[in-house]
Amino acid sequence: MNVLLIFSVLVLLAIALWQITKIFELSQEKKVSTQVANNKDNNLNGKLMLAFLIFIYALTLYSFWAYGDVLLPEAASEHGGDYDQLMWISFALIFFVQTVTQALLYYFSYKYRGEKGKKALFYADNDVLEMIWTIIPVITLAGLILYGLYTWTDIMTVEENDETLVVELYAQQFNWKARYAGEDGVLGDANVRFLQDFEGKNLVGIDATDPNGFDDVVVQELHLPVGREVIFKMRSQDVLHSAYMPHFRAQMNCVPGMITEFAFTPKTTTEGMRQNPDMITKVKKINKIRFEKSKELLADGDVALDPYEFDYLLLCNKICGASHYNMQMKIVVESEKDYEKWITEQQTFAEFIQ
Amino acid sequence: MSILGAQVNEEDQGHHHKETFVTKYIFSQDHKMISKQYLITGLFMGIIGIAMSLLFRLQLAWPEQPFGIFEVLLGKWAPDGVMDPNVYLALVTIHGTIMVFFVLTAGLSGTFSNLLIPLQIGARDMASGLLNMISYWMFFLSSVIMVISLFVEAGPAAAGWTIYPPLSALPQAQPGSGTGMTLWLVSMAIFIASSLLGSLNYIVTVINLRTKGMSMTRLPLTIWAFFVTAIIGVVSFPVLLSAALLLIMDRSFGTSFFLSDIFIQGEVLHYQGGSPVLYEHLFWFLGHPEVYIVLLPALGITSEIIATNARKPIFGYRAMVASILAIAFLSTIVWGHHMFISGMNPFLGSVFTFTTLLIAIPSAVKAFNYITTLWKGNLQLNPAMLFSIGLVSTFITGGLTGIILGDSTLDINVHDTYFVVAHFHLVMGISALYGLFAGVYHWFPKMFGRMMNKNLGYFHFWVTAVCAYGVFFPMHFIGMAGLPRRYYTNTAFPYFDDLVDFNVLITVFALVAGAAQLVFLYNFIHSMFYGKEAEMNPWKSNTLEWTAPVEHMHGNWPGKIPYVHRWPYDYSKPGFEEDFIPQHIPLEKGEEELQH
Repeated sequence: MNVLLIFSVLVLLAIALWQITKIFELSQEKKVSTQVANNKDNNLNGKLMLAFLIFIYALTLYSFWAYGDVLLPEAASEHGGDYDQLMWISFALIFFVQTVTQALLYYFSYKYRGEKGKKALFYADNDVLEMIWTIIPVITLAGLILYGLYTWTDIMTVEENDETLVVELYAQQFNWKARYAGEDGVLGDANVRFLQDFEGKNLVGIDATDPNGFDDVVVQELHLPVGREVIFKMRSQDVLHSAYMPHFRAQMNCVPGMITEFAFTPKTTTEGMRQNPDMITKVKKINKIRFEKSKELLADGDVALDPYEFDYLLLCNKICGASHYNMQMKIVVESEKDYEKWITEQQTFAEFIQ
Repeated sequence: MSILGAQVNEEDQGHHHKETFVTKYIFSQDHKMISKQYLITGLFMGIIGIAMSLLFRLQLAWPEQPFGIFEVLLGKWAPDGVMDPNVYLALVTIHGTIMVFFVLTAGLSGTFSNLLIPLQIGARDMASGLLNMISYWMFFLSSVIMVISLFVEAGPAAAGWTIYPPLSALPQAQPGSGTGMTLWLVSMAIFIASSLLGSLNYIVTVINLRTKGMSMTRLPLTIWAFFVTAIIGVVSFPVLLSAALLLIMDRSFGTSFFLSDIFIQGEVLHYQGGSPVLYEHLFWFLGHPEVYIVLLPALGITSEIIATNARKPIFGYRAMVASILAIAFLSTIVWGHHMFISGMNPFLGSVFTFTTLLIAIPSAVKAFNYITTLWKGNLQLNPAMLFSIGLVSTFITGGLTGIILGDSTLDINVHDTYFVVAHFHLVMGISALYGLFAGVYHWFPKMFGRMMNKNLGYFHFWVTAVCAYGVFFPMHFIGMAGLPRRYYTNTAFPYFDDLVDFNVLITVFALVAGAAQLVFLYNFIHSMFYGKEAEMNPWKSNTLEWTAPVEHMHGNWPGKIPYVHRWPYDYSKPGFEEDFIPQHIPLEKGEEELQH
């Protein structure tokens, strides 16, 4: 039925179109349109150009006003502050250039719309002008490049010290696991060859001949102490995945056969982020949407949706197969004390394989 | 004059031998016919590609809802009318592949390089008509194979258009990595061969077959763009071919170029020592230049159309040529910006950030030059002109966000999100598509001897322009909210529940945009048969193709090929009655040729 309806709408549309062109043709028969723009076309389309400029500006402003609150909240990691600052500087620049160039483009298209008998200005070259708009981008970009590289080097330089926490992120179709180094602070060697050892209980393939591995802790939920640098070592057992932690401005691919790294220092606890005013507004909005949807679901005899509470997320951000869209892990940032309490409650690898 | 023999004799010859239906319409060696073949095949593939995007947009706006249309088109892959996640990925993959390669590479560059290179440089035909014909038929074959891959048992390739291994290499990883993937690789290998034959032909033709007086500095910017595009293609496409071949080896012959240490479906695989990152390097060594293979022809077309319709010389001809060359050079040394977080050495990230952001400079020069060309013009706002102005607009909007994505630091958090989708659709997808439309509206009289209906053209442009921004502008927000691309639905994350409005809005705009393309198709087909018959030079343009008779003939011009006496942009030159002086008109006594 649905299909028939769509099909008939399409057919009707096609007929309508055909008729419209027929009308165009018939009405133009006497004048014999050349199908080349005349004064009337230039005038109309020139004005539409101006209207379109206003449309772009309005769309931009409206989007920020109505949807500004979907953007990520303030960064929850220490380097995230630098990241956000660079982002806003780049954005300010982009907005400025966008506003000016689009205005010129569409305004000129309107202002200089053609008229029969008018003649354009023969103006083919101006070395000074061209020099100016080569040099200005050069200087601006030089600034951006230097600033960007400085921040990049800062973020990507990973140095272990006594304080740092080393965590392995382990990706597989379609879930995440995390491995903590345990008492000795050293992750045991691992390889996918060992995954089938211990009747499949060796969840991330720890090498049983390496004594460092036995006190490792493998979990399905990531807990991080606030204010301490965490070095992530990423692995994947099957295809490419990408460990994406948007609230921490952190991302790194997980590549089979190789260990990749990313480090950051969480600076806001989960509880702290829940108290963030932006987050409170966002969560309220989400819950309103969920409430409305629940009403519909209940009307259909389905189960209502749970109310939502904010948690940090680890998402997969590299296409990895059918359930790519649902490959996630919860991240909890908490005080050092709570973290210590949590980690001691977890089973070590040695305990788990017993 | 040429090393390539007889067909470039200056006297008219060669169009007396009999043409059968097959040699004229099917296995034609005439560049004008081949160009039409490219265009029609490209448009056909475009319909498939765009229709696919509408299907997955429906799923994104109303996730996991049943649609009758899914049941009809997807059959067993949409049980009860609900789209399967694997099919979603397949649609995304094939949409990307078709749009990038089949529509915007072959459909755009294939059509207009073939049509315009001989006509605008004053040649009887391409350097090798035979190679040209083979190039088209290989493209046709690869299109057929790609379409066939949609119908295999486990579905077409579904690993994303970049087909990163191991996902694309292991049939165990997803259903789409079986026969569908094999056909994808075969199709692309043939496509690359076709593209190489075409590109070599373009390069040789431009270098050797220019008519007397057509120096490189008198070439229209279209030809410069096609010429440089062909060079980039020859440099970079073979690398993708090698990547595809190595991937075929890994898939079918047990080698380990891209694979290592893999455990899947309860089994440890034998692969040792390969690296997926190597594949990424090989892929993007083509993949990034590909952006410019798509974009430069569109910019070339725009330059020509803007100058003609502004009735003004293009501003800064030399700077435009220099920018094309600079973009071409830089495009081959920036591929790593797709891989900042692939696990490659962060120092390389710094290098690629540097080279990438440099591209903004020639791009900015081009944009400013277009705007200045409009200044104090006498703009004839034909549909082709509207699309060209639209192109400059989306090129700016999309290009600017490249400053964020090209910066390794900022890329960390927006990499592979909808922000990227918005960026590349605007800067390369929509821009190049506008270039294609502009080209069709402008050169339709040259191709088919008839005019397209301008009112339908205006309607087509305005609806498309509003919808293009309506679709892609909100995607920046979704991306900045942290939503990854290639997600079947975002309902698995309550955190993204507030994005539902966006998804519906985008889909509605996309559907309207899709419907507007039907107007174009109708106009195209209708005008082909019933359009008003075209004059020889309907847009009062300076370039040589408009001196050739409307009725196509083998060899392009009866009698002698016109000689060229001036550059192509003598519009509104002071001291002349008409506001255009075609390239074949000799300089008047005392007239100076502009030092450009």
